[in-house]
Amino acid sequence: MAIVPNPHGTTGLLGWIDDRFPLTKIWRDHVSEYYAPKNFNFWYFFGSLAMLVLANQLITGIFLTMHYKPSALEAFGSVEYIMRDVPWGWLIRYMHSTGASAFFVVVYLHMFRGLLYGSYRKPRELVWIFGMMIFLALMAEAFMGYVLPWGNMSYWGAQVIISLFGAIPGIGPDLVQWIRGDYLISDATLNRFFALHVIAVPLVLVGLVVAHLMALHEVGSNNPDGVDIKKNKDENGIPKDGIPFHPYYTVKDIMGVVGFAILFCSVLFFAPEMGGYFLEKPNFTPANPLVTPPHIAPVWYFTPFYSVLRAITYPLFGIDAKFWGVIGMGASVVIIAFLPWLDRSPVKSIRYKGPIFKAALAIFVVAFVVLGYMGFEPATPVNTRIAQVASVIYFAFFLLMPWYTKIDKTKPVPERVTMDH
Amino acid sequence: MSDTGAVDLDKRRFLTNSTAVVGGIGAAAAAVPFLASWKPSARAEAAGAPVEVDLSKLQPGERVTIEWRGKPVWILRRTPETLSALNQDDAKVADPESAEPMQPEYAQNQHRSINPEFLVLVGLCTHLGCVPVYQPEVTADWNGGFYCPCHGSRFDLAGRVYKSVPAPLNLEVPPYHFVADNRVLIGVDGGAA
Repeated sequence: MAIVPNPHGTTGLLGWIDDRFPLTKIWRDHVSEYYAPKNFNFWYFFGSLAMLVLANQLITGIFLTMHYKPSALEAFGSVEYIMRDVPWGWLIRYMHSTGASAFFVVVYLHMFRGLLYGSYRKPRELVWIFGMMIFLALMAEAFMGYVLPWGNMSYWGAQVIISLFGAIPGIGPDLVQWIRGDYLISDATLNRFFALHVIAVPLVLVGLVVAHLMALHEVGSNNPDGVDIKKNKDENGIPKDGIPFHPYYTVKDIMGVVGFAILFCSVLFFAPEMGGYFLEKPNFTPANPLVTPPHIAPVWYFTPFYSVLRAITYPLFGIDAKFWGVIGMGASVVIIAFLPWLDRSPVKSIRYKGPIFKAALAIFVVAFVVLGYMGFEPATPVNTRIAQVASVIYFAFFLLMPWYTKIDKTKPVPERVTMDH
Repeated sequence: MSDTGAVDLDKRRFLTNSTAVVGGIGAAAAAVPFLASWKPSARAEAAGAPVEVDLSKLQPGERVTIEWRGKPVWILRRTPETLSALNQDDAKVADPESAEPMQPEYAQNQHRSINPEFLVLVGLCTHLGCVPVYQPEVTADWNGGFYCPCHGSRFDLAGRVYKSVPAPLNLEVPPYHFVADNRVLIGVDGGAA
């Protein structure tokens, strides 16, 4: 039976494969003939770095499961066993725990890039929404991963976070019990979190990353000028301002990997606990349902949203402040997904946006950092007031955006992308 | 296909939709066992079951300790003198009216109980989880209460924490209700309570 020869004209083994599987087509569509704007800058490192960290988490995670025991009796001991007795176990475990924080550093910078250059604007709304779903899955993954060592902060962090669901009127208490699988955080909770952390959520995460990239490659990458490079194509249909992803951006991204690896390894080898910010101190004692750590604070990447939760201290419509705190925290994450429709500016990139947007973005960044800091601090009246002000600014940045981006004075956008040098 | 050879599109749409609906219901039903598997197992339910205690033999001033979900739970039968002494303690304790959520709503009062006579508490210090000692003997500045040997926290006979001690909160009151005058069920709220 004759087969239709592949259109790439490949021969030999590759030709044999291409006759049966679109290998060359995939390579060309997504790598060697994926035309990306030629003016990518520093901010464009973080997408590929996020994939690098994802790979790091998957590989180190698989090796950790070979020694870790997901039982309340053995979990803490098995992590110590990995740290002390498993050859190179300490390295694999610290790569995984440092990788978790690195993931959020990289993803926050990646999202900030989107804010700077309007990467969420039409036609990239779905790219952005898939990205937000990745962010949500990542938060779930990180939370459940933090429970697994079964240290005392694991235990009480889980207690605080799961009890948030108890604030939902009506079904709350039953929902909490369903999530825990017991009347308290216990072996049942740990065991299911392990299953979700190592199988369910990573599967979803990888699937979403594929969807994120497919959506991106369908519409093409944005760039620091926010100019659509597909408007100017040469006689072969290749964007005049586009360069093939490989070799140009593969090489550039490897540069990024080198820089990242230097920073990552510095933390990994010299400060894997990061002074209690990456691995909190109470987590070096085993989980104890009878003893609460003196001060329960989430890991740094959750603190901005945790601050929003604690900032809401007023009951509303006869429902507890706690419930509205949970709603506020959820809204503070979800609202980011609506950026494509909140930004009404005629231009995409901050380079051509007016002073109002620049000021709003600067104030937003300050509010986000303040919220992040306040999430570590005890909820004194003064701290709560500061967190409340920062929360209002946080939401105002989004909710007022349709208005202030419209009245802002923008600059004319060039026809083609610009290069500094 | 009908005899004439024409496709009855309405019939085809009906069959497709009804197959999809029935299949969807089947898929949803198949999800039930998986979702239900997350509920507390029979073993967890047995270990966490409510505990019923007979109070008829408890003398005034006497305390019993029972175990509920791995925690010690105290039941103390208070005397009228003890209860009146709570008024004197109001000024000495940090949270006299139980504003902090350390008890079910029905125990959010000065005596922190349903029936003032019977006090039900989880016997674990809110500082670091030690078990405080019952010290009913009244002295000049002590109306009786609980003293934590670990770090010196003190609680009165309603489990209210004294000011300026390491423990931040009143002792926890577990959910409970009276199934009869002398029988208390620890672990579940009363339906109407």
